[in-house]
Amino acid sequence: MQNWIGGVEKLDVLKRVPIKEQEPIERIHNFDEVCLGYTPDEAAREAQRCLECKNAPCVKGCPVEVKIPEFIRLIKEKKFKESYLKILETNLLPAICGRVCPQETQCEQNCVRGIKGEPIAIGKLERFVADWFRQNCEFEFSKPQPNGRKVAIIGSGPAGLSCASSLAKMGYEVTIFEAFHKLGGVLYYGIPEFRLPKEVVEWEIENLKKMGVEFRTNMIFGKTFDLEDLKQEGFDAVFISSGAGLPNFLNIEGELLNGIYSANEFLTRINLMKAYKFPEYDTPIKLGKKVGVIGGGNVAMDAARVARRLGSDVYILYRRTEAEMPARKEEIMHAKEEGIKIVELVSPVRFIGDESGHVRALELVKMKLSDPDSSGRRSVKPVDGSNFVFEADNFIVAIGQSPNPLVKKAIPDLELNPNGSIKVDENLMTNIEGVFAGGDIVTGAATVILAMGMGKKAAESIDRYLNAKKHENL
Amino acid sequence: MNEIVIKQNLAPNVWLMGIYSPQVAKKAKPGQFVILRVTENGERIPLTIADFDNEKGIVYIIFQVVGKTTSLLSQLNPGDRIIDFVGPLGMPYEHSPEDKDYLFIAGGLGIPAIFSKVKMLHSEGKNIDIIIGGRSKENIFFEDELKKYCNNLYISTNDGSYGKKGFVTDILKELLESGRRYDEIFAVGPVPMMKAVVDITKRFSIKTLVSLNPIMVDGTGMCGGCRVKIGNEVKFACVDGPIFNGFEVDFDGLMKRNSYYQDVENISYKEHKCKIGLGE
Repeated sequence: MQNWIGGVEKLDVLKRVPIKEQEPIERIHNFDEVCLGYTPDEAAREAQRCLECKNAPCVKGCPVEVKIPEFIRLIKEKKFKESYLKILETNLLPAICGRVCPQETQCEQNCVRGIKGEPIAIGKLERFVADWFRQNCEFEFSKPQPNGRKVAIIGSGPAGLSCASSLAKMGYEVTIFEAFHKLGGVLYYGIPEFRLPKEVVEWEIENLKKMGVEFRTNMIFGKTFDLEDLKQEGFDAVFISSGAGLPNFLNIEGELLNGIYSANEFLTRINLMKAYKFPEYDTPIKLGKKVGVIGGGNVAMDAARVARRLGSDVYILYRRTEAEMPARKEEIMHAKEEGIKIVELVSPVRFIGDESGHVRALELVKMKLSDPDSSGRRSVKPVDGSNFVFEADNFIVAIGQSPNPLVKKAIPDLELNPNGSIKVDENLMTNIEGVFAGGDIVTGAATVILAMGMGKKAAESIDRYLNAKKHENL
Repeated sequence: MNEIVIKQNLAPNVWLMGIYSPQVAKKAKPGQFVILRVTENGERIPLTIADFDNEKGIVYIIFQVVGKTTSLLSQLNPGDRIIDFVGPLGMPYEHSPEDKDYLFIAGGLGIPAIFSKVKMLHSEGKNIDIIIGGRSKENIFFEDELKKYCNNLYISTNDGSYGKKGFVTDILKELLESGRRYDEIFAVGPVPMMKAVVDITKRFSIKTLVSLNPIMVDGTGMCGGCRVKIGNEVKFACVDGPIFNGFEVDFDGLMKRNSYYQDVENISYKEHKCKIGLGE
């Protein structure tokens, strides 16, 4: 892998500087972060591989257009603080993005180095810089002149946080309303500690507070407050970013049996309520020896890896093959390293329970992949008569989430798309004037960075809208 | 915010608390509930809003000490704050304006779930009968408060130490068999009691609503932990309920789901009691 000349490690420009990770055998016994991150020297060496392209295709692959070659050059020069501040110009949450973005389909996919060798580890470098800054510097922010206008943001997930940071930089007075008792949305309740430590999320949110963003927890839109309340409080615009929090179920026989969790419930108990620390924490979780996780996305991987850490033998049950799984390759690899088995080409038929109402098994049918259609997508269909019974003590359903329906109940006039997501125009404004929306409540369950990109775009639209309105009033 | 302003002992292990939460008080309607958390390491538990005072910004809850969290809550006193108190949650209890005669049945800790609705219907001039029941005389509370808002208040105790000996359903059966009819019956209490009520009212074809109490985590519809079978559909009690048509509820399924964590809950409560010196 690496050449050593006179004790100095020679850089192979085609290969990434490897990154340290906790060994699988250790990490399945803890919730500590799997990836340990680069050291300053390793980061500087990886940065050396960057060609600093003039047209920077990597930047075009980033939904918030981080100035990638510029921040990487500053790492080469070991100016880590400056590098962090460079990222901050377009992305306020680099410690999070560096960890959870699917860089392989975004910035890193476009990296010129990737044509012949491995692309630059942009995500890992972004993460390094943010972690280095967090450990070595104090976040300072010179507040801009307040412009006297107030914006309410509903939901403190990635879209809301990024919208808030953009607006705060422009001088808006921003208040984020969060239904839970903790901030961060899916960053807190969804993504486990071993992928995204909660202290990182909390640190990034503290920085937003330093920028003057106000947070109000335990505020449920449509229940605790509504649009009328926001108007009365003098908010000039509203951004709805309440996410796709409604778990999809399979709607098959036996789904109400004990021992079957939605991934949302399972991960909320673990991440938000810290049930893995029961009885030190009061929220319980119960998991038997063998667990089946239904689905193939990142949420399924997270749920499976959590279950593994609780000591269970875990099987991922997926209707296509591993190659079609929407989860990040890195997460699938991590899951497999941790001993999680993947059962491909199976689809649930019905859950089977015992007398006490506890699930004991899942009847599955084998699936067959068809040849790719004109769009290149392969569909699956069940193989007649191939049904079989898969026994397990628990099942976790991770087949996706839908937009939260509480918002529509709160604003009956709000126009929705047929799938229940909020309909917005090219400026992310809903059919109600001054009310904008973004993130998963508009796109359906997508990625953290797409939500952040929309939050940023919404901030720009809100600014344009309110400026235009001001002129009208003059 | 969330400061306890009133605390009162109603019965052994049963407490009434008034909590200063103007935002919840302002929006609360009968039938809704709150979710609260007592400590930083605490769990989220749902509790019915027993009553609310919009002017003073106070929300009243009544709870029984049944485990660790309710025990911790009962140890708080006026002046203390509840760290998280969120609501109002769930759909309010809606009634048809043309209905005139109502029967409310509250078994055990069902009273908080009927109280504010009884008050509301009374103020609208409806005819209201109420049956309340408990294990024993000492478990009966709120008798005088309820009397103010109803025509008839019937009481049963299992051991016969007060009111009629037996169950609330014994009184219900007597009333219906004697020819008394209601436009609507609302029953709330332990699941077996609600089930028994529905078994009777079905025979008389009287519309019957029940308020369900499944296990909840978030209370906002994002986890499905509280899912219940209503007719042929799966509903989330926290957003679609907690009040449902009693004839459609799968009570057996609900009972089984509610028992799932019993063993670990006992661990948690036992450990807690040891720590505060109440070890059994």
